Amino acid sequence: MTATEQTLALFGGIAALLIVASAIGFVLERRYAAAGPNAVIENLNSRIKSWWVMVIAIGVAFAFGKAGVIALFGFASFTALREFVTLLSTRRGDHLALAIAFFFILPAQYYLIWIEWYGLYSIFIPVYAFLLLPIIAAMRGDTKAFMPRVAEVQWALMICVFCVSHVLALLTLDIPGYAGRQLLLIAFLVLVVQSSDVLQYVWGKLLGRRKIAPLLSPSKTVEGFVGGVLSATLIGAALWWITPFSPWQAAAMALIINLMGFFGGLVMSAIKRDRGVKDWGQLIEGHGGMLDRLDSVIFAAPVFFHVTRYWWTV
Amino acid sequence: MRPVDEKTFLVRALTMAGPIEALAAMAVTGFARLVTGVRGNWRDCAPDPRPRVYFANHNSHGDFVLIWTVLPPALRRLTRPVAGADYWTVSRTRRFFGERVFRAVLIDRNPATREADPIALMASSLDAGSSLILFPEGTRNMSDEPLLPFKTGLYHLANARPQVELVPVWIENLNRVMPKGEFVPIPLLCTVTFGASLQVRDGEDKAAFLDRARAALLALAPEREGSR
Repeated sequence: MTATEQTLALFGGIAALLIVASAIGFVLERRYAAAGPNAVIENLNSRIKSWWVMVIAIGVAFAFGKAGVIALFGFASFTALREFVTLLSTRRGDHLALAIAFFFILPAQYYLIWIEWYGLYSIFIPVYAFLLLPIIAAMRGDTKAFMPRVAEVQWALMICVFCVSHVLALLTLDIPGYAGRQLLLIAFLVLVVQSSDVLQYVWGKLLGRRKIAPLLSPSKTVEGFVGGVLSATLIGAALWWITPFSPWQAAAMALIINLMGFFGGLVMSAIKRDRGVKDWGQLIEGHGGMLDRLDSVIFAAPVFFHVTRYWWTV
Repeated sequence: MRPVDEKTFLVRALTMAGPIEALAAMAVTGFARLVTGVRGNWRDCAPDPRPRVYFANHNSHGDFVLIWTVLPPALRRLTRPVAGADYWTVSRTRRFFGERVFRAVLIDRNPATREADPIALMASSLDAGSSLILFPEGTRNMSDEPLLPFKTGLYHLANARPQVELVPVWIENLNRVMPKGEFVPIPLLCTVTFGASLQVRDGEDKAAFLDRARAALLALAPEREGSR
């Protein structure tokens, strides 16, 4: 199959799955409507709706190629950074540093990926932003809680810009025999992460007994974690045909992605707990914010990128 | 400069559907959403087209824009901010936005030069079916206090139209988006929370009413740890 045929086959399959899921959600809602509102069914239907939004957004971006995907993930980064910075305890003295983060560092990072300058985009935020922003904050002369403030701003950029942009950086990988198909690597990453989230939820609802991290995320269970990660790893293996990997390699990659995604979700929960919020924001009414959707992708993307780059590129 | 009279405003309100004004309004609310992702939280009252006074905390020139943005479009067209004529009449651009896009009720803040009683202007605008957005602190709050003492205008307006609901509205975070002296707004999520409406009670004096209104507004502010 050509890259286009593979992409169409993939999106066709996902759309078919979502139509089935929407139909099941609709029937469940009708059947249990008499018994009053049902939280589980409402939650399921709102998840299905947000998958539709996600699949359509990614589909449209793919149709526009590299520019479309840059626009999509640039927007995702912007929205995520806006949510993250909202929860920081920054002061007036951080205003300029934050403005630079939003209006210079974020676009610059995506520009560097656009021109495929690996040597700079992989150190731009960890080195240059890391050194520049504290200098700007220091020049403002406000020393109160200085360390936590500059650390929080750096963390915001690493999570919302650096890590998110590595989804896009997959497009720059030069893999022998895989030219022109890198968009499908993004599809692989996103599909594996999302199916892991969903399957952990499903396994947890079906069999979940023992809580895995009661202090961080009371709804996550050992059974959900094991069942979700294993079945999403199988899905990853079954998607080997859109990747440069063999089925076994695809399974191993999916396992890495799922584990990073799971622990990423826990880290982001810890931050939310500390700041006393349930969701990062309300991007679409009642569906949480951008970071609630992206938390596992954020932790998986850089690792997936570097493992693929190290073993598969020339 | 003299505020435009009520009749002119009403005529303009009716012809407001002009495409340029509508586009400008969309641009303003779109920009507000892009920077602040603002959400309206109708916590203790529901949107209602009857004339109302929304009274809010005031930290930034963008405050009424946020309230305006979260109102349902049908209510937005009926809702007019009360604003200082000195600010909104100095240039053609501001005049266009103040008079034709936001259709502000312009008040001459200088008692020596003013020709119309501000309370009468606001009351007649309520009588004409509009709702108002009012900042009872009278000026932008640049202090570290969450809310300044209220000026008396809210009390006089409440007495002039005792049947009108006064809705407290807390605007959260906009002061962090653009603190005083900064030129670039930083994008942060803002919320606009609507509280339970109140009215002047029988025999309630000015101080008691203003205290009660101020407390109702402050009660909507989220508790936050950490300093700004």
